[in-house]
Amino acid sequence: MCGIVGLYLKNPALESKLGELFEPMLIAMTDRGPDSAGFAIYGDEVPNGWVKLTLRHPDSRYNWEQLADDIRRSMSVELSWMQNANVAVFKVAAEEAQVRAYLAEMAPEVLILSVGRSIEILKEVGLPEQIAEKFTLSGMKGSHIIGHTRMATESAVTMEGSHPFSTGQDLCLVHNGSLSNHNRLRENLKREGIKFETENDSEVAAGYLTWRLRQGDSLKAALEHALEDLDGFFTFTIGTRNGFAVMRDPIACKPAVLAETDDYVAMASEYQALTTLPGIENAKVWEPEPATFYVWERS
Amino acid sequence: MKTINMAESSVRELNQALHDQAGECLEREWQVLNPKGQHNLAVGLDQSLSVDIQGHAGYFCAGMNKKATVTIHGNAGQGVAENMMSGTVRVKGDASQAAGATAQGGLLVIEGNAGARCGISMKGVDIVVKGSVGHMSCFMGQSGSLVVCGDAGDALGDSLYEVHIYVKGTVKSLGADCIEKEMRPEHIEELTGLLNRAGVDEDPTSFKRYGSARQLYTFKVDNAGAY
Repeated sequence: MCGIVGLYLKNPALESKLGELFEPMLIAMTDRGPDSAGFAIYGDEVPNGWVKLTLRHPDSRYNWEQLADDIRRSMSVELSWMQNANVAVFKVAAEEAQVRAYLAEMAPEVLILSVGRSIEILKEVGLPEQIAEKFTLSGMKGSHIIGHTRMATESAVTMEGSHPFSTGQDLCLVHNGSLSNHNRLRENLKREGIKFETENDSEVAAGYLTWRLRQGDSLKAALEHALEDLDGFFTFTIGTRNGFAVMRDPIACKPAVLAETDDYVAMASEYQALTTLPGIENAKVWEPEPATFYVWERS
Repeated sequence: MKTINMAESSVRELNQALHDQAGECLEREWQVLNPKGQHNLAVGLDQSLSVDIQGHAGYFCAGMNKKATVTIHGNAGQGVAENMMSGTVRVKGDASQAAGATAQGGLLVIEGNAGARCGISMKGVDIVVKGSVGHMSCFMGQSGSLVVCGDAGDALGDSLYEVHIYVKGTVKSLGADCIEKEMRPEHIEELTGLLNRAGVDEDPTSFKRYGSARQLYTFKVDNAGAY
């Protein structure tokens, strides 16, 4: 099953309330996905030449300060960081590859959940309400956010197998459905240099989009190619640095509903998840068409 | 009129209150407030009630309806009026996929658009859609009629049995064994009646009729021995 939700703010005045608006949306989808949940929030962008990483360590007492000091000293870079439960957000004035190489060698037990200039991904096994509380979702600020509540079908119930999946800078994806050609596609993408952390089918879709964007596709072109190359059932919501996109497969048996007002665009698996949004009574509410993608981006 | 506010009552309580009218009917007019997209609202009614749902409904609203008139003043999720037996269900907004699925009788009116698989496996219901319908509508439809005042998506009427389909706009593609058929006077008469019952102001002569070519395996008498 699974539930997916997304909220993209058109009105910047609401950015300080993004988490507060989004938390009830995620929790409303608990009955579609009670085994794990996660979200990707965009905002608090780092300047050019910097990179922002969301890092996770299984031990909530892990010494992030030590890791930050070690990186500063050995890489001679500026760095700031903040901790949120067992996850930390590191902002580093360096290239992604440098930081990755350092972590792989010096702190291999630290998992990288996301890399980019804007994105932060937080996800865990457990009820959506517990995960929202753990990371204090309601207090978060940003321009847009996408989330997922999981009922596992294609791979195990683990933190690694929960959504969102990110395989490229600032790009992430949440998925309701199942892909039937993910094994072959994963092998092809590995040959193209895309790295995968799990056996999950949805991660392959994220990897596919990363590969297309790397080939020079625009987001729209990448989604057009995805409609041709991905086989199976899917409703996707995709987050990018500037906005988000929604796409359904041609059969469209996985549900989706969109709502738009002057202030926001919201997406959910079911309308129930939208009912707490301000002005929803007068919003334009509609079901996205099969084999069609919808993109909202800041110019 | 009795009002049930879903901000204070559960779906179970709403449906029980409506089911209680099946024996001795104490209240015919019902209003449901704050539905907020909840599933299974006003399901399994068996009395000539009038139920107004003031807002958007979730999945299977007015499913298995018998005798009652249910109006949704908003959009409806998947499977609205699924397996309806009789009565009337009216959606003032759009309906999601599988509207009127397997319904055996009654009238379903969708004033907006319907999603994919509208009237899938319908068995006697009449469905009137003022907007358009999505792909695979009327798939394996057995009897009843589907009227579409807008356009129809891909594979309309695939593997159709005896449903009469009328479409005013374009049909993206016809499903297996579904063909356009001649609009004879009895069909104009049937369509006029359906539009009148639905309260839809359209010219019946501007519609085209589609039906089964009866060429699939099940229609061949030579295959009868296989059953």
